[in-house]
Amino acid sequence: MVMTASVHDLSGGYMTDIDTEFAAGNGLLHRRLFLQAGLAGTALLAATASGQQREAWSKITGAPMSEAGLPSPHESHIKRLGIRSSKGTTGTGVSFTPLEYLQGMITPSRLHFERHHNGIPAIDPDQHRLVIHGLVERPLAFDIDALGRYPTVSRINFLECAGNSGASLAAEPVQAPCSSIHGLVASSEWGGVPLSVLLQETGLKRGAKWIIADGADSPLMSRSVPLDKAQDDAIVALYQNGERLRPSNGYPMRLFLPGWEGNMSVKWLRSIKVTDQPAMTKDETSKYSDLQKDGTAKLFTYPMGVKSLITSPSPGLNLGDPGTYQISGIAWSGAGRIRRVQVSADGGRTWADAALDEHVLPKNLTRFRSAWRWDGGPAVIMSRAIDAKGTVQPTREKVLADRSSAAFYHYNGIQAWQVAASGEVSNVYA
Amino acid sequence: MFTRKETALIALAVVCSLSGTVGAQELPGLGTPVSAAELAELDYTILPDGNGLPAGSGTVAEGEAVFQQHCLACHGEGAAGGINDALTGGQGSLSSDNPLKTVGSFWPHATTIFDYVRRAMPLQSPGILSNDEVYAVTAYLLFQNGIIPADSEVDAESLPQVKMPNREGFIWAYRPK
Repeated sequence: MVMTASVHDLSGGYMTDIDTEFAAGNGLLHRRLFLQAGLAGTALLAATASGQQREAWSKITGAPMSEAGLPSPHESHIKRLGIRSSKGTTGTGVSFTPLEYLQGMITPSRLHFERHHNGIPAIDPDQHRLVIHGLVERPLAFDIDALGRYPTVSRINFLECAGNSGASLAAEPVQAPCSSIHGLVASSEWGGVPLSVLLQETGLKRGAKWIIADGADSPLMSRSVPLDKAQDDAIVALYQNGERLRPSNGYPMRLFLPGWEGNMSVKWLRSIKVTDQPAMTKDETSKYSDLQKDGTAKLFTYPMGVKSLITSPSPGLNLGDPGTYQISGIAWSGAGRIRRVQVSADGGRTWADAALDEHVLPKNLTRFRSAWRWDGGPAVIMSRAIDAKGTVQPTREKVLADRSSAAFYHYNGIQAWQVAASGEVSNVYA
Repeated sequence: MFTRKETALIALAVVCSLSGTVGAQELPGLGTPVSAAELAELDYTILPDGNGLPAGSGTVAEGEAVFQQHCLACHGEGAAGGINDALTGGQGSLSSDNPLKTVGSFWPHATTIFDYVRRAMPLQSPGILSNDEVYAVTAYLLFQNGIIPADSEVDAESLPQVKMPNREGFIWAYRPK
């Protein structure tokens, strides 16, 4: 069935006339709409003003240059959300990436989520060194200048806290913005030195199998990392999105492990000890392990699972009049590229392929879009991702099946949003 | 003129750009040696087999005094929990509908207590405890969990030998290649 519609983009975009073709139940349109060039509509292109009738800002000299840019004051409400710290502490907690207000795949550094274990250390870069020791031929220290002289490599990857989406474990759906539930994920271009190069500099002794990475924050946060990962795609990152790391992301240097749980990408990296065994640190045993119903716990569950979510519409980004809307969201997998994202507008009964934005990188956020003809009735919308290994994002029910009620990490279940007849969007388990 | 290191660095850059790989012989060698004394100062890692544990010792009684002074405000009377985590209790609860993960019910290795307390505690002033005090408060926590007797003393030799109740409760989901 083909007809004409106007697409509403809730994050502030365009309207345009398009031909529509339904691809799944309850009004989901064919992804071809987003694969055609020139969709970004012509309808809103205003006629050129004549007779020198201008807006006020076009009649006066604009603001001068500045040493560093800031967002428009009109966008100053877009900031990290849900800042909270453990009882009796100030810097032991999280802040969330405002996912529903962002587009594309890269997260602005200033909005990258935070998870700290006792605040952000004020490190003097001139006094900070990375020392690599343990089962090495030559223990070596690398300061910022030394690391900066190695050829840097780029890693465009997501970083996700293992505890992201933990709110979805609640017995009843938490009514909160999308980012308050799922905002412990972000994507950046990380620049730095391959850890494999530095380990070649130190040499490795027989028996080397693990590295123990310590941060320079006040708890000297520590994680064990298998040596094979350290020598595969791990880097000592100095840069985030082209500039030096922000203090909240590990300035002046951090470990970065593509695709693996965020806690292991140790910020403010101060030492790496090569060992023959994991250290069984407090964080890797008592915290970032996964208790099962039978009372045993899975240890070293490193890669983040295949996952997706619709960021628009989502709670707080409500629909207006019935019509055709853009559904937009992000998908990612610690196992590699996203192969496919499907969207449902009828609670999971039927699914349509979403269009993927052009940059589908391994272990990175991939933007997807669908067009949806909303008829004004109640509807449940959801997305599911399939990664390069063919793994399908599981339902919430499946994620919870073998878990203990105390298990908290690695939640990657399908997220459903309820759209009411009023256009209001809320969290729902479906 | 380029120094030897700079020449090597340029060679590395060329090799990287041509092949995308790094050959050992082209390494620029920009790290500086670290002395044994420096390493001793910066190395906080304690392995489950006891590797890394420093000299010193502490008794349960000494540990109780350390706990009262530095830990009580957050972890509560007898380490049973306050504004922050309970460190005792929960043994046998892990497969129940109400599992309680504590040092005694969940942690697989006693060495981790020493490692973590020495690194991170007390939260407001980490680094103030001596090795003897860390051993002592470790002994106190083990005693409060019914794992060692009241008259115990722990040190580098005895701590790795403490058998934690949940020692066998973990399944490795990843084995290094």
